[in-house]
Amino acid sequence: MRIGLLHSVIRKDEKMLIEAFRELPGVELVLMDDREMGFQPSRDRFRLDLMVARSVSHSRNLNIVRLFESAGVACVNSSTTIDVCGDKLQMSLALQNAGLPQPDFRVAFSEKAALDVIEEMGYPVVIKPVVGSWGRLIARINDRDGAESILEHKATLGHYQHSIFYLQEYVEKGNRDIRSFVIGGQCVAAIYRESRHWKTNTALGAVAFNCPVTPELAELSVAAAKAVSGDVVAIDLFETPKGLLINEVNDTMEFKNSVSVTGVNIPLAIAEYMTGVVDWECSNV
Amino acid sequence: MTTACPICDASVLLEEETLRGELKDCDECGAELEVTSTEPYALSEAPQEEEDWGQ
Repeated sequence: MRIGLLHSVIRKDEKMLIEAFRELPGVELVLMDDREMGFQPSRDRFRLDLMVARSVSHSRNLNIVRLFESAGVACVNSSTTIDVCGDKLQMSLALQNAGLPQPDFRVAFSEKAALDVIEEMGYPVVIKPVVGSWGRLIARINDRDGAESILEHKATLGHYQHSIFYLQEYVEKGNRDIRSFVIGGQCVAAIYRESRHWKTNTALGAVAFNCPVTPELAELSVAAAKAVSGDVVAIDLFETPKGLLINEVNDTMEFKNSVSVTGVNIPLAIAEYMTGVVDWECSNV
Repeated sequence: MTTACPICDASVLLEEETLRGELKDCDECGAELEVTSTEPYALSEAPQEEEDWGQ
């Protein structure tokens, strides 16, 4: 089977995934650098059985997957999943429609409306860009002065998307959150991400530790993946006295810090799942 | 195999299985580098992180 791996720069995660695919018999892996290719709708010149979307850029992942889907190529994740996971508002609505627990959130489209919403929610509150990752441009607003300053800066200096004010309840989560990994409807592993900072992204220096996959965590993680139609996704969750809350779902999950601490070969599990998808599709043509 | 860091000229070790597009760190100056060619090996400064990058 021919499997395409779409990438930009090849990070350690992609390298581990490439090595995992190369361990599997019968797989011809085609590396596709999104910076070097032109695309034509409804045409797959690579003759792929499946494409793995691993571009570091959300917009490239989404649009290239759309092009390959138009040519009838199955992609993991699908454009539907990438689209929903790449936009915090769409993701929150998907979780809400599925009846899943998440921090309270509001949205406003002007500085004045956003300030009114923040005052109503109470301090502290978290403001996030609807598109963005690795904790970038996420701010905790502690008082009205801070709210006015941040809203003015976002409205004045930012791309128009920064004037979509996504506001989230600040959740006191101790010094950690949970990231769980769901592959093909199974929660295969989870880590705690610990940090002294209130942002617990490993990209910002948080440290990973193994987190036992409890029935509650597995059930909620799988349900979150299903809510965004995600085949291979990572779920970020907060532990609260009321139970687990889903913070977000990631469609191009990073796992390089999680393999050694969990003892689970996540890239191999992904590669085996992908080849299973191709086998299933071939047997159902 | 080693090749020179484009920032500080220190030697950067590249394994036989190194891929074009792969990210490497220079142990000497800490720069993040991208392997832009494997025949022959060449490095350049890695692209700057963009707004829609990452998870």
